Amino acid sequence: MIDRVIRCTDLGYFYRPNEWVFRGYNLEIAKGSVIAVLGPNGAGKTTLLKILLGLLPPRQGTVEVSMYPGFVPQISDVTFDYSVNDMVLMGRARSVALWRSPGAEDRRLVNEVLEHFGLTPLARRPFHELSGGQRQLVIIARALVAGAEILILDEPTASLDFANQRMILEWIEKLSRERNLTVLFTTHDPYHASVVADQVLLMNGPSDFIFGPSAEVLNDANLQSLYGVDMRTVSFLHNGLDMTAILPVLTSRSKSGS
Amino acid sequence: MSSKEKWIFDGWVGSVAFNLVLLTVLFTLLLVSLKIGRYPVSVGQIVHILASTPFLNAKRDGTNTVWIVLELIRLPRVLVVCLCGAALGMSGAAMQGTFRNPLVGPEITGVTAAASFGGALGILLGFSPLGTVASAFAWGMVGTAGTLLVSSLAPRSGTLGFILVGVILGALFSALVGLVESLADPATSLPNIVYWLLGGFGSADYRSVAIVAGAVSVAGPLLLLLSWRINLLSLSQTDAQSLGANVTALRWGVVALVTLLVAAQVSVSGGVGWVGFVIPHFARMIVGPEHSRLLPTSAGLGAVYLLTMDDLARTLSRQDIPISLLTASIGAPLFIVFFWRLQIRGWSRD
Repeated sequence: MIDRVIRCTDLGYFYRPNEWVFRGYNLEIAKGSVIAVLGPNGAGKTTLLKILLGLLPPRQGTVEVSMYPGFVPQISDVTFDYSVNDMVLMGRARSVALWRSPGAEDRRLVNEVLEHFGLTPLARRPFHELSGGQRQLVIIARALVAGAEILILDEPTASLDFANQRMILEWIEKLSRERNLTVLFTTHDPYHASVVADQVLLMNGPSDFIFGPSAEVLNDANLQSLYGVDMRTVSFLHNGLDMTAILPVLTSRSKSGS
Repeated sequence: MSSKEKWIFDGWVGSVAFNLVLLTVLFTLLLVSLKIGRYPVSVGQIVHILASTPFLNAKRDGTNTVWIVLELIRLPRVLVVCLCGAALGMSGAAMQGTFRNPLVGPEITGVTAAASFGGALGILLGFSPLGTVASAFAWGMVGTAGTLLVSSLAPRSGTLGFILVGVILGALFSALVGLVESLADPATSLPNIVYWLLGGFGSADYRSVAIVAGAVSVAGPLLLLLSWRINLLSLSQTDAQSLGANVTALRWGVVALVTLLVAAQVSVSGGVGWVGFVIPHFARMIVGPEHSRLLPTSAGLGAVYLLTMDDLARTLSRQDIPISLLTASIGAPLFIVFFWRLQIRGWSRD
């Protein structure tokens, strides 16, 4: 029997009455699976994440999340120059009483998770001196130290260079495989979804969504309809493995005319 | 700059070490403050009088000038100054963290302008000194409550909306202060109002000590207990909520505690600018931005700074110089030196 951790039934949300961001969404997400959410800007991806995090009540339908979801924002917006250690320690807020500060056990858990991500040497470094990829790892570590069993990431690879994109995707895959974490992330890159996601949700307008195994959902026709741009699946061999990349067809007037 | 040099006193050990140094400086400064002044008093006399006075049970000795100068004039004054400095420093650090804004000070809620109006109104209407203090305190509370109420009309405007409303209501109360001044008798109440508004501790007595100590003993420990959680308020709202913080309740809780502190300070000494705004910047450059380390250091620095300024205010000339003139005119060059040497450390600059 599949251990289900997220179940959305007839889910809908609007900011203004009768202007639905989405409605009628039905999703069932199994424990340990990796889900990619794709959709054009304004399709409601972040709104969906907020509902799953319990920060927005749905306007329609129900949402059941059976485990604590940890959030990893796109670019963590931090006003002050906190150290890496201080940032991760904030993950303990749920476990620390209102009038208390974190104790020895909280600090032990922080050290443990920093060690797990290889961040111990950076523990006293200011958060803003880290690379984009390291910052994302710090925020993932913060979610784990909070006891998250579901990780919800908002465009975790946006504004990262290729090496950092690969590092974050590898960590997503590793956390799912080794810790049986359920991971749900939004992305604009179908290739990233095809590499790590078991299932994909395509959000394309208020009542237009597709949810299913990534191999079935991620095809040229679905993606073309989603983004309004020609998409091509490119197959290639890498280290003896069949690989597939899904790319938008971007044309340059000067080059296509030459 | 290497990360090891990031803060002058780094981590818990560093901040505790700095705070111990600060406490030693403060204690020394307290004794110096009791000694200096136009009436000469020796250290031996200070120690003897302090040691022989039962706590809150001063033996009246109206014929002993040294006792009068120390017990009735200097001691309440230095105690009020210390408490106000600590309250303002801590309040500023809490408000800058809560509103994620380096330009914010404790007066941003409108409390200072409203309390100033209350005090000026009390003097205009001929209230007793205690009535004037009560009026300032009550109007300070009204100022913050008004800012909370008006900003709640547009809940999606967030912290910026609150700051904007605070500035606007602050301007309104400043205009009302101007109105009170224009109605005041130029020969009698107007000079009192103007002098009171400039801020000063010349009239400090044990009643003032009790008012500020009462506010500090309630709001100070509560703010310190909340200080680690203020870190969460400096994240984005979604981020903080996802970590389990009740952002709205926490923010208004901090505002209420700061209002209590600032209303008490303004009611006994008039408006004292600069300390709540700049001291947290100094403290952040020294121990870093983490609020459970920042708030105690801001309180200590606020007390040391204001006590130093008050010592200057009562010794530089024959008459007391209004304290706000000194806090800003000496604080601004100091801040520029820190700013140049340390590049306003503590705030993230992407």
